Amino acid sequence: MLTKEQIARRIAKEVKDGYYVNLGIGIPTLVANFVRNDIEVEFQSENGVLGMGPFPFEGEEDPDLINAGKQTITALKGASFFDSATSFAMIRGQHVDLTILGAMEVAQNGDIANWKIPGKMVKGMGGAMDLVASADNIIVAMMHTNKAGDSKLLKECSLPLTGVNCVKKVVTNLAVLSVENNSFKLLERAPGVSIEEIQAATEGDLLVTGEIPEMQF
Amino acid sequence: MITKTVPHVEAACEGVKDHMTFMLGGFGLCGIPENCILQLVKLNVQDVTCISNNAGVDDFGLGLLLQKRQIKKMISSYVGENAEFERQMLSGELEVELIPQGTLAQRCKAAQSGIPAFYTPAGYGTEVAEGKEAREFYGKMHIMERAFKADFAFIKAWKGDTAGNLVFKGTARNFNPNMCGAAKITVAEVEQLLPAGSLDPNDIHVPGIFVQRIFQGENYEKRIENLTVRKRN
Repeated sequence: MLTKEQIARRIAKEVKDGYYVNLGIGIPTLVANFVRNDIEVEFQSENGVLGMGPFPFEGEEDPDLINAGKQTITALKGASFFDSATSFAMIRGQHVDLTILGAMEVAQNGDIANWKIPGKMVKGMGGAMDLVASADNIIVAMMHTNKAGDSKLLKECSLPLTGVNCVKKVVTNLAVLSVENNSFKLLERAPGVSIEEIQAATEGDLLVTGEIPEMQF
Repeated sequence: MITKTVPHVEAACEGVKDHMTFMLGGFGLCGIPENCILQLVKLNVQDVTCISNNAGVDDFGLGLLLQKRQIKKMISSYVGENAEFERQMLSGELEVELIPQGTLAQRCKAAQSGIPAFYTPAGYGTEVAEGKEAREFYGKMHIMERAFKADFAFIKAWKGDTAGNLVFKGTARNFNPNMCGAAKITVAEVEQLLPAGSLDPNDIHVPGIFVQRIFQGENYEKRIENLTVRKRN
């Protein structure tokens, strides 16, 4: 089973040279730490920065420079700042190449739910609905099951949706899966995790064809 | 040149009344109009609707208006950091409309630009789409969203000049430029108010035509919501 850092490390392999990437809050934020340093990548934060850098050194934080998680950040060489409408023009206009975000539930048709638990948690969707409705390339980073042990990869989402038919790939602590033909196609297993364990943790239809390799980092 | 300066926050907020709709710039606590928010608290306007990406924290930003129960309705995209907000919402005291962040920005921009409505894919197939016209363009479904209507836009800029031209700093820009000119009256508070001619026209982010009143803000706290630093090796 992978740690959150290992999930982020595996997803970092999906980040290619020349990509503009939007990272969501949580595990996705960690992806930036594991991207190869011999490729050129720029991170976009939807509150209005392209070319987001690491957290500032202590004492160098700037209240006017934060990411979408409201954390203090730095800007790298070549960075730019812009207003929110321009930021979402980058997102809706499909100028951002890859979106990585967390989820509470993903369905086998690519539906995603991550913004509301009725009567319990209402924080809002932030930019997630714009991101999932527009991005061509969406990877979900999440644990395979929730705290109660229930599968988060479902036949149908039970929570209010964030977007429909949009998720293409899911990386969990157990597996890498693609969303294809109304099912979860198993692509890779976490080291030491069996197909049976993945099957048991997946409520949606799992498609297993041929040998399933272990993840490489 | 047309002068937009007003002497202080009291003059800047003149005409603010109960039941009005306000736009307030900022993302989290970054780039919020601190002076105007404090003045709205002082004026004790009631039953107002606030369009703002977030609702501040319990004791700062729009959280101050929430504490005094001045807000009837919030239109936001994310309200996770405010416990009082959550309490008022779950108890039904506060009406809340949560909308996608890009839609929020574009509804401001549409209001600024004289575009009454537009189509966006964001929210299609979700509860955000309920009651809205859905339409297919180029094989993809979209929903119709309308421009906001607001009485005042309160925004914060880094530098401004007496002609109302504005320059923003870092990610404190966010929704502020999109709200300028999107309400009947736009009030800009700035950290540095400069004589017209001090700013290079090439560098101006928002032209003064979108601003009705500008004033020199005071005592900026610029609170950091989520201080995150790395250690030096």
